[in-house]
Amino acid sequence: MIHSLFLVNSSGDIFLEKHWKSVVSRSVCDYFFEAQERASEPENVPPVIPTPHHYLISVLRHSIYFVAVIQSEVPPLFVIEFLHRVVDTFQDYFGVCTEAAIKDNVVVVYELLEEMLDNGFPLATESNILKELIKPPTILRTVVNTITGSTNVGEQLPTGQLSVVPWRRTGVKYTNNEAYFDVVEEIDAIIDKSGSTITAEIQGVIDACVKLTGMPDLTLSFMNPRLLDDVSFHPCVRFKRWEAERILSFIPPDGNFRLLSYHVSSQNLHPLRSTSLVAIPVYVKHNITFREGSSQGRFELTLGPKQTMGKGVEAVLVSSQLPRGVLNTNLNPTQGTYTFDPVTKLLSWDVGKINPQKLPSLKGSMSLQAGASKPDENPTINIQFKIQQSALSGLKVNRLDMYGEKYKPFKGIKYMTKAGKFQVRT
Amino acid sequence: MLSMSTNNLSYNDQGGTDSAVEVGQETTPTSSNAGAGFGLFSADFKKNDDLKEMLESNKESLKLEAMKRIVGLIAKGKNASELFPAVVKNVASKNTELKKLVYVYLVRYAEEQQDLALLSISTFQRALKDPNQLIRASALRVLSSIRVLIIVPIMMLAIKEAASDMSPYVRKTSAHAIQKLYSLDPDQKEHLIEVIEKLLKDKSTLVAGSVVMAFEEVCPDRIDLIHKNYRKLCNLLVDVEEWGQVVIISMLTRYARTQFTSPWKEDSVFDEHSVRAFYESDEEKTRDETEAKAYVMDPDHRLLLRNTKPLLQSRNTAVVMSVAQLYWHLAPKNEVSIVTKSLVRLLRSHREVQYIVLQNIATMSIQRKGMFEPYMKSFYVRSTDATHIKSLKLEILTNLANEANISTILREFQTYVKSQDKQFAAGTIQAIGRCATNISEVTDTCLNGLVLLLSNRDETVVAESVVVIKKLLQTQPTQHSDIIKHMAKLFDNITVPMARASILWLMGEYCERVPKIAPDVLRKMAKSFTSEEDIVKLQTVNLAAKLYLTNSKQTKLLTQYILNLGKYDQNYDIRDRTRFIRQLIVPNDKSGALSKYAHRILLAPKPAPVIQSAYKDRDRYQLGTLSHTINTKASGYLELSDWPAVAPDQSVRNVEVIEPVKEWAPSLGKTGKSKPAKSSDDKFYSDSGEEEEEEEGSGSSSSDDSSSSSEESGSDAESSVEKNSSQSSEESDKSSSQSEKSSSESDTEKKKRKTKKPLQKKTVKPTAKDSDSDENRNVAKEARSSSAEESSSDSESDSDTDADSGTEHKKKTKSKAKPKVEVKSNEEVSLLNLDDFTPAPVTQLKSSVLSPSLLGDLEGLCLSNVSSTIQVSGPAFVPEKSHDLLHRMTGKGLSAQYQFPRQPCLYQPTMVSVQISLTNTSDHPLEQIHIGDRSPTGLNIHCFNTIECLEPEASVTVSMGIDFNDSTQAANFQLCTKEDHFSVSIQPAVGELFLPITMTELDFHKEQGKLLGMNESSATITMAAENMTSQPISRPVATVANLGVVPSGQDNVHRFAGKTASSGAVVLVTVELRELSTALITINTEKSVMGSMLLRDLKQALAQA
Repeated sequence: MIHSLFLVNSSGDIFLEKHWKSVVSRSVCDYFFEAQERASEPENVPPVIPTPHHYLISVLRHSIYFVAVIQSEVPPLFVIEFLHRVVDTFQDYFGVCTEAAIKDNVVVVYELLEEMLDNGFPLATESNILKELIKPPTILRTVVNTITGSTNVGEQLPTGQLSVVPWRRTGVKYTNNEAYFDVVEEIDAIIDKSGSTITAEIQGVIDACVKLTGMPDLTLSFMNPRLLDDVSFHPCVRFKRWEAERILSFIPPDGNFRLLSYHVSSQNLHPLRSTSLVAIPVYVKHNITFREGSSQGRFELTLGPKQTMGKGVEAVLVSSQLPRGVLNTNLNPTQGTYTFDPVTKLLSWDVGKINPQKLPSLKGSMSLQAGASKPDENPTINIQFKIQQSALSGLKVNRLDMYGEKYKPFKGIKYMTKAGKFQVRT
Repeated sequence: MLSMSTNNLSYNDQGGTDSAVEVGQETTPTSSNAGAGFGLFSADFKKNDDLKEMLESNKESLKLEAMKRIVGLIAKGKNASELFPAVVKNVASKNTELKKLVYVYLVRYAEEQQDLALLSISTFQRALKDPNQLIRASALRVLSSIRVLIIVPIMMLAIKEAASDMSPYVRKTSAHAIQKLYSLDPDQKEHLIEVIEKLLKDKSTLVAGSVVMAFEEVCPDRIDLIHKNYRKLCNLLVDVEEWGQVVIISMLTRYARTQFTSPWKEDSVFDEHSVRAFYESDEEKTRDETEAKAYVMDPDHRLLLRNTKPLLQSRNTAVVMSVAQLYWHLAPKNEVSIVTKSLVRLLRSHREVQYIVLQNIATMSIQRKGMFEPYMKSFYVRSTDATHIKSLKLEILTNLANEANISTILREFQTYVKSQDKQFAAGTIQAIGRCATNISEVTDTCLNGLVLLLSNRDETVVAESVVVIKKLLQTQPTQHSDIIKHMAKLFDNITVPMARASILWLMGEYCERVPKIAPDVLRKMAKSFTSEEDIVKLQTVNLAAKLYLTNSKQTKLLTQYILNLGKYDQNYDIRDRTRFIRQLIVPNDKSGALSKYAHRILLAPKPAPVIQSAYKDRDRYQLGTLSHTINTKASGYLELSDWPAVAPDQSVRNVEVIEPVKEWAPSLGKTGKSKPAKSSDDKFYSDSGEEEEEEEGSGSSSSDDSSSSSEESGSDAESSVEKNSSQSSEESDKSSSQSEKSSSESDTEKKKRKTKKPLQKKTVKPTAKDSDSDENRNVAKEARSSSAEESSSDSESDSDTDADSGTEHKKKTKSKAKPKVEVKSNEEVSLLNLDDFTPAPVTQLKSSVLSPSLLGDLEGLCLSNVSSTIQVSGPAFVPEKSHDLLHRMTGKGLSAQYQFPRQPCLYQPTMVSVQISLTNTSDHPLEQIHIGDRSPTGLNIHCFNTIECLEPEASVTVSMGIDFNDSTQAANFQLCTKEDHFSVSIQPAVGELFLPITMTELDFHKEQGKLLGMNESSATITMAAENMTSQPISRPVATVANLGVVPSGQDNVHRFAGKTASSGAVVLVTVELRELSTALITINTEKSVMGSMLLRDLKQALAQA
């Protein structure tokens, strides 16, 4: 399956290589570099590149390309999913997944890669198991290891590997038993020029941080489980139980994990009316004009909240890629700060919190390249925001129960709505 | 030893210099400065030198440090092979981390240093015998990764040994090793296939994925190895780790395509059939049978589809995709669309995932617009998408366009055309062109829109528009001379060669429609000919020739001028073309017959180009594969075969040969015993950990073989005749409601698991088969027969599936005696029940009709000592206690009480039956008493029939079934009368959720052995004195919980057994009396929650009594 892995940084250097079968020369990456050169943006490198003898499948995360070398037929998603899992693991181990972090921990990285694949086929990818095989580096452990000469490699096969619950370590102990769940919803939307919604959908996840002693068996029930008709689960969730009762029943992994992710499209919110839409929590009034022949353009933008159920809209950030013809901008924000990069033509405006009484706006003029023709498209505006303590879809957790253990855990649940890919066409 | 080390040393030196050179070579190209290169080189050399010293030192920490640095070198791709001898000495180190790093090194360089690598082999051979499974496994991993041909026999031996290791983890490693050995030495194929065959039979979920991977790599054509394991693999699938799932699913897709008939031809078969029936009524009967087969889906085919469906919910995108492709290639057309939602969900994942998924959707959407049309908006392009994502989305939108949605799509396209990403804008124009050709209603609109785009400022947009317009005009040139004129006017402003060439071509092609303009364009071209691009020149020559033929008066001179220019052009293509055209159109003595036909040659009507998707016909490659992505056959791609016209013998999948236990370590044969049952159990994962614990148990492997391969019915029956009967039972099962299916499935499985004991005592009766279909499904019936006969007949159906090889023969001959009749009837049944959702089959109906009287019979029966062969026994004790459901005050005169009769529920085996007595305490009759809304909504209640009228002071007892799903959560529902409705709730005590079962003491121990660890809870209590004798002990226990008594050999130990109603999990209770009137209560069950609740109740009951 996966033959070799090369890690390539943004400047095109291979800084790590690992082979699971016989060694493949790193010159195979030349094909990748070629494709990289051809692509205008780093994201435009095609994920699958055929070469005469191999196939290169790559993912780009944290501006590092993870290039896997494949020799024969294998589902490309298999490789892609695995590479992303590798990145997630690195992030889990080192906090960040940067070139520096990988270079600093090259031995752990190597040990991890060795455990994750055998002969190119995934062996252990579950974070809890890997952590038992190879302890994550901490400063304390490094010190202890140098003094005592002990290692951070486990000697026993993690019990999870063979047990009922491969994702959970055994013998977990905490003094404070706590279970936190974050319901985070991201709203993806495209709003057209006139302010009407073209598409809107909600992508939700429930991320959990569970620190409970022993083998707790949790059930999580919802007030309105019917919202969740398009879901994917962490393997710990008992699917049959969900099918039958719409209750999430699971023995949680230890630590942080994503319990489920769901998708609420405008269709399944209102099964009868296909046009009805997800409520859009902000509106944008805009007036961006370029006049033919003039070297000036007008720029006006006002933001306001709507349908937020009384919750404040925070951390608002507006960004827009202005046309190439724009030389500079002279804008006045009523609140927050704005920046314009004349090279990349990226305008960004950090608004902060929207005050419904006094709506934030950004007004002013843009200077255009003299003699250049009027840009034929107005820029799209991307908006980011957060709304605390509310889930846009209306999903509500009913209760969390724990069985199988005697103590009383501390339980917490948090809701948040964020803008995902929220675009306003102007 | 001494000589060897000196040897090493000298070798070392040599190696050192070698590699020094290499290192030097590697660094120099990167630095232009030779001096710097040298500096680097010497530094590296130094470093390596001290590494060797460190490795040879006595300090572990130094060695470890050295190894870490060496791994760093390897990671950077630097050569560290000269350190091999120094490193290899540490292979036997006690320090685990050091050892691991040495392994990493060894695997990397062993191929280059074969002789030295051999030194390490003995260490691994020793480690292969280590008691620690992790060490055994890693030794095998490294040993098999050392690519040295000499050790092939050693590897072979090690793999064979590991394949029968106790630990599934080691077996998994051996499956990986198979592939390594195969790539090292393909000659070993035959031996390796033997090992694969053996491992395929393994029932551990851990092994399944890896061994299928090995199968795919070594012998993908040996489909015969899969037959016997097919059902097992299907059933295990949910519990296999995600990567294994992908591999297994893709293998099963191929398998299914060779083994089952196409589910897609249903209609055609129908037609054919009816025609024949019309003409050949004589033969109808026989026809009937053969034809019937064609559109009854093989149950195994259905099994695969059903068992993969839940995986659409996987978090692993690769798994979701592989299920999607399985449905695409295997499912009946009307079922494929269930994958849509999940695929669309994947679009939110990483960019790379989107790319692959969109590609596959593009292919699918060509054939099946309907599948993705409701999700059209999910394919709208965002300005932040990467270019290749954008063009794929465009492709899909184009595929989805139809008369109804085209206006929406075109409006969306309008936005895209303006995009700053010009490549994307050009793509959009092509897409518009495709929409215009596909949907004739909008052709004109599109054309007009495109013409407007001709005045766009951006060249690429204009060029693309011209090209697309040209294609469109070709399809219907008559009405569009205006557009051609318009384009001629724009001609001067257009600079993109392709666009200019296209316009020229259009002029020439339709010069007769624009007689005035065309010569003028030619005049302009003559002026600028020399400065044009080649492609434009060629078209100019073409235009000249065509005009010469149609309008020679005006253009003769111009043409000659252009031909002269072309004659001396630098490009040979143009010179060539010019020469050819001159000969063709200018008549002279040398020109032969050809010039007569010049007009017909040049101005022949040309077929319009077909604008079609690049994804058309891509599904010749299996979806989701690499080959599909790159649209060429990748090496190692396994072709998906066409459906066979006639299904191969389905009986090959029946597991009939019982593997003798001897071949495997006895423990191994057993490992999967409870596994298959669990896979379809309501647990989402299975206990691979249990295996270890089960190992000491004994018993015939026949039963696990059969139970593993059986699906919910007894489909593993040995002969094909029986196969049919099981099929029918499955059909009838299907027809009952969906929820019942899932739960009852697990139920019977569970039963099967335990049936091994009956088979020793029982003889198989020929009638068994007849009752098969009913019995399997209907526990209620079982209970009836058990009470009536007090014998074992109820589980006959199980016994014949479980029959060992001895009885099997006998049975086979018996069943052969009357196969003819049976086959027919069964097939009819399945035909009738083709629809999955037809209402309840006859059997069920019957039982519910019988129910009241039966219930009466059963009541008060106290079967505390039922024969051990009986599965679900009668209750040991039925407490009289009834609970208030609705008080007469709140119920406005209607009062209700409920009690648990502790009978197996007649409606569905997973339900707990509840008896409700309703009394009318008011002074007027109550009408239409029935059950209304219930919560939670998923709650599965079998309601009693509406009571039309209840007279004052009258009371009536009704029974209902509630599926509590093994939880003590109250079932809330509304009790309605004609005028009112009252919310009531039934809260079961945990003990009521069980059904008593009986088993022998031996079986009890065996079951208990499987349920240790976290499945066990125990407590010591002080007992009240009167409880110290056997009889009273069983009374309080039976009062608390509906459990059966297990005969016990010891006086002070009492055992009780039951299973949970809903999921059929076994619950075992042991009460051990000790001195000083203490007792130890132990409860073993996988439902740990229920276990602990039961323990609490028992403690209370025993202590207080």
